[in-house]
Amino acid sequence: MSLRPDLVLIGEWIRPGSRVLDLGCGDGALLKHLQDTRNVTGYGLEIDDANVTRCISSDVNVIQTDLDAGLQDFSGKSFDYVIMTQTLQAVHFPDRLLEEMLRLGDEGIVTFPNFAHWQNRVQLALGGRMPMSRTLPNPWYSTPNIHLCSVTDFEKLCAERGIHILQRVMVDHAHHRTPGATLLPNLLGKNALYRFQRRG
Amino acid sequence: MPDALPPDSVGLVTPLSMTFREPLALESGASLPEYTLAYETYGELNAERSNAILICHALSSNHHAAGYHSMDERKPGWWDSCVGPGKPIDTRRFFVVCSNNLGGCHGSTGPASINPASGKPYGKGFPDIVVKDWVRSQARLADALGIRRWAAVVGGSLGGMQALQWSIDYPERLAHSVVIAAAPRLSAQNIAFNEVARTAIKSDPDFHDGNFYEYKAIPERGLRLARMLGHITYLSDDLMHARFGRELQAGSPTTGYEMEFQVESYLRYQGSKFAREFDANTYLLMTKTLDHFDPARDYDNDLTRAMKRARAAFLVISFTSDWRFSPARSREIMRSLLDNNLDVVYATIEADEGHDAFLMPIPQYLEVFSAYMQRVAQQVCTS
Repeated sequence: MSLRPDLVLIGEWIRPGSRVLDLGCGDGALLKHLQDTRNVTGYGLEIDDANVTRCISSDVNVIQTDLDAGLQDFSGKSFDYVIMTQTLQAVHFPDRLLEEMLRLGDEGIVTFPNFAHWQNRVQLALGGRMPMSRTLPNPWYSTPNIHLCSVTDFEKLCAERGIHILQRVMVDHAHHRTPGATLLPNLLGKNALYRFQRRG
Repeated sequence: MPDALPPDSVGLVTPLSMTFREPLALESGASLPEYTLAYETYGELNAERSNAILICHALSSNHHAAGYHSMDERKPGWWDSCVGPGKPIDTRRFFVVCSNNLGGCHGSTGPASINPASGKPYGKGFPDIVVKDWVRSQARLADALGIRRWAAVVGGSLGGMQALQWSIDYPERLAHSVVIAAAPRLSAQNIAFNEVARTAIKSDPDFHDGNFYEYKAIPERGLRLARMLGHITYLSDDLMHARFGRELQAGSPTTGYEMEFQVESYLRYQGSKFAREFDANTYLLMTKTLDHFDPARDYDNDLTRAMKRARAAFLVISFTSDWRFSPARSREIMRSLLDNNLDVVYATIEADEGHDAFLMPIPQYLEVFSAYMQRVAQQVCTS
């Protein structure tokens, strides 16, 4: 099984031997990859039963929990990185979770679909419909993505909350870097990857 | 028992016992001059002696965890859902040991055993036992069986507490600790239920202050009441509703105070069955042991500090409808392990069965438990 390209990109950001917390870790693919290639230790948080079992089978330390119920089980600054891939837009309080990420970790890493991608803009502006795409496959009434945002929205929130962005990578729907997305991220970037920390 | 043994059963098993002549120093300061542990084993110990699993039992069970004692036995051992070929504790890969706790009444030395000093049953003179004492007695059994290090120590409820205590007392002697439907210590409500049960037993005239053996009596009424109460706390409201509802025994209401509802019949049956099989003093002892379990006590009530010595990897499992030891209690355990940067897997199983869920073949429970035990097998069973 080959790893999603955005997870490979995240892997390149992680210092070997780090302690990592992965929020919404799915089947544990990222943590497994980081354990195998970067010698990291840590935990994955996941709510789905089938994914929990897959994590256990992949030798990933998984904690079954609901991110919306908070992260009180974890003490402050116990991780080098707190990661959340393609989950920010699906939680009840994304802003609080960002703060929590930086309470628990030195650095945070998030990825999310950029809602301001030009195809979404076209669907809404000309079609008058809520956008759907490979990245956002569900209709409005059944989507788990209740807090979609754009690259500009996210960066504005970070600025307001004293969060310093260390790195940003924009990728297309297949999670590959493209020159266009780098040049005009909020218009041409389908998915955003950020690494950030508390402003020192 | 059906005519043929099910293929995923460990089959016919014979209880074993081992007597230890060396005195056992107890936490209370007292000591037992000698003692016997009844136990069963399933599967084969490998050449490296690395594939041994210790199962710790809960309040009222015993060493008969799986399989059948005879073709006439109506029900298999108490954890047959999880122990056997192809089951989470897979006896094709693991050598499984389950012993009756010290103070028990199914073959291990307990209050009904003869005190060598007096020639009479210990009765209420049996020394106080705490979970640490059980762990120490089990470590001696491990020594005798040539098991230096358990691949895992596993238990549900009070058994889970033993698995936790093992990880503190003998950190180098277990690779994994599996703590299911447990709590780091009892709540006041838990203790209150235990106290009502004990009061029921002690107020039975047949109890004779614990010396009922001499009177050839059994405090059956007290035991029955204790068990009925216990059973209510083991099940959930939803499960009771699903299983019994408000169904009437006779189909239509009767007058007076006679048994009417099916749930009453169930509780009476369970209570009576238990009262015939279980020793009243053992019940008092086991509930007291539960009440006193509190590894954080010696560390300013800080469980994180209590777990500092632990080196094992942990699987912690809770069940949503368990109100005796709720998921929040398992999370307390989990948090202390996370704070110590230990390897932890935690799962909450959606289940209606209440506390008793840990004994049931609930699909997601079996999946999680099996996946974890396969991880254990891959790590420790090289051959």
